[in-house]
Amino acid sequence: MSALPIIGVWLGGWAVNIWLSRFDTRASRTLVAVIFGATIIALWEMIVRIYAIPTVILPAPSQIAASFAANGSILWTDFVQTILKGALTGWLIGAGAAILTAIAIDRSPFLQRGLLPIGNFVAALPIVGIAPILVMWFGFDWQSKAAVVVVMVFFPILVNMVAGLRATDAMQRDLMASWAAPYGASLWKLRLPAAMPFLFNGLKITTTLALIGAIVAEFFGSPTRGMGFRISTAVGRLDLPLVWAEIVVAALAGTLFYGLVAALEKKVTFWHPSQRR
Amino acid sequence: MRRADLVPILTVLLVIVAVWYLGAIRMNATWERDQAARAGTEVTWSQLIPLTLTQDRPVLPAPHQVAVGLWEGVAGQAITSRRSLVWHAWVTLSATLAGFAIGTAAGILLAVGIVHSRSMDQSVMPWAVASQTVPILAIAPMVIVVMASAGVTGLLPKAIIAAWLSFFPVLVGMVKGLRTPDAMQMDLMRSWSAGRPQVLARLRLPSSLPYLFASLKVAIAAALVGTIVAELPSGATAGLGARLLSGSYYGQTVQIWSALFMAAILAGLLVALIGLIERRVLARMGLAA
Repeated sequence: MSALPIIGVWLGGWAVNIWLSRFDTRASRTLVAVIFGATIIALWEMIVRIYAIPTVILPAPSQIAASFAANGSILWTDFVQTILKGALTGWLIGAGAAILTAIAIDRSPFLQRGLLPIGNFVAALPIVGIAPILVMWFGFDWQSKAAVVVVMVFFPILVNMVAGLRATDAMQRDLMASWAAPYGASLWKLRLPAAMPFLFNGLKITTTLALIGAIVAEFFGSPTRGMGFRISTAVGRLDLPLVWAEIVVAALAGTLFYGLVAALEKKVTFWHPSQRR
Repeated sequence: MRRADLVPILTVLLVIVAVWYLGAIRMNATWERDQAARAGTEVTWSQLIPLTLTQDRPVLPAPHQVAVGLWEGVAGQAITSRRSLVWHAWVTLSATLAGFAIGTAAGILLAVGIVHSRSMDQSVMPWAVASQTVPILAIAPMVIVVMASAGVTGLLPKAIIAAWLSFFPVLVGMVKGLRTPDAMQMDLMRSWSAGRPQVLARLRLPSSLPYLFASLKVAIAAALVGTIVAELPSGATAGLGARLLSGSYYGQTVQIWSALFMAAILAGLLVALIGLIERRVLARMGLAA
């Protein structure tokens, strides 16, 4: 009997969504997604309450929200330590290094042929594994996390950027040559703009990678703050609402980070077919 | 890989190894100098170089030390020994494959649902995308600990992390693949009065295969990463991730690097295996390039 309200809410949300999805406008699409998310959270809350699931296994959304509100300052210090100092610094350094390396490689076909397959291979490896080594080298503070992030984001961005710099077609390059454009001008005016869609593809992929690298590296040693540190110690004290509050912060930060890069992409590559609607 | 690329690739690899050796000498020299200063002696360069390349716990082990560590871990132990890298790799591999299978199945089923139901497309897809901005790897240890407290241990918790990471690439690739048949092909199916299941089985699924295989390569590498990170929380004593962690606790750098290389080799083999199956299947279907 106790399962009836759960099924009721599920069927209700489902029916509303089926009805809404027929309109297929921008507003209805957003609404459908929001209703789906709200239904899931409502179901979660109901299941936890009705079946009296212990907090240790799965806290209810309301408990997570309460913990989020109560631990604001802790969450903020962790956010600054892990996301702003570790992930963002590392991502910026890694992206900068990858772009410069890609331009350097671009001048030499020999390097292109030699480095690209290796770059592709390295990009597919479990690079998170280098975290213990870099923590050993750079110490426990955020610098070692940034170093892990640099290595993790370097190869995906490099591979995309090199592919992007080759993305111009022969006609365009010939045109630049017929105007007697020097290498610098054709790089600046033609190849770099043409590489932007590829570059942003790499940048978007690596936003989550950066967060993951910074947080996972903290499991190998960290000062007494940071999201990875908090998650592992809170799990040890079975303070699951706090852990979930950290997860909410990570999810929000990840979405925001991705959204910012995507918005920047829209500004920079407004001319690309994928941006048309 | 073309034969013409072989020379450039080998050159780059050679340069990497050379830089690695130089780095090992440089980074390990500090410790040797400290030791010499403490003993009140001087070390010359000709003494220093062989010393830096044979340390027990180097800051950066030399390539040949890693190679020896790898070889001893693979060939020097009985496969059933807990010191054998093959055994640890097998622990990781089994969870990876289980998670990969779950994730792939979930991704394909969700994709079929999304392609056939507009309400499912609009509800699930945005959240599937959002689920990927959650750094799931970061919460992997929590999932493991919580499941252990609920009495679930062993392969399953790790497989769930691996599945979570591998479902998304499969989902995205499959949705794209299932939607590739163009209007002309769909009309042809309709003129044969084919039902939805038939369109799915005869047209959509076959034309989605190239996309599926491209996704599978990404997904299996992701599943391996997920399993390794899932092995990090204390308590796990088996698997390549646990090897990394214990190596980091005891300062056994050679052990860390050997586990790392083992993981890299495993990833390379898995991706190559998928590539092989892909070529076979696509050639059978007459789609091979």
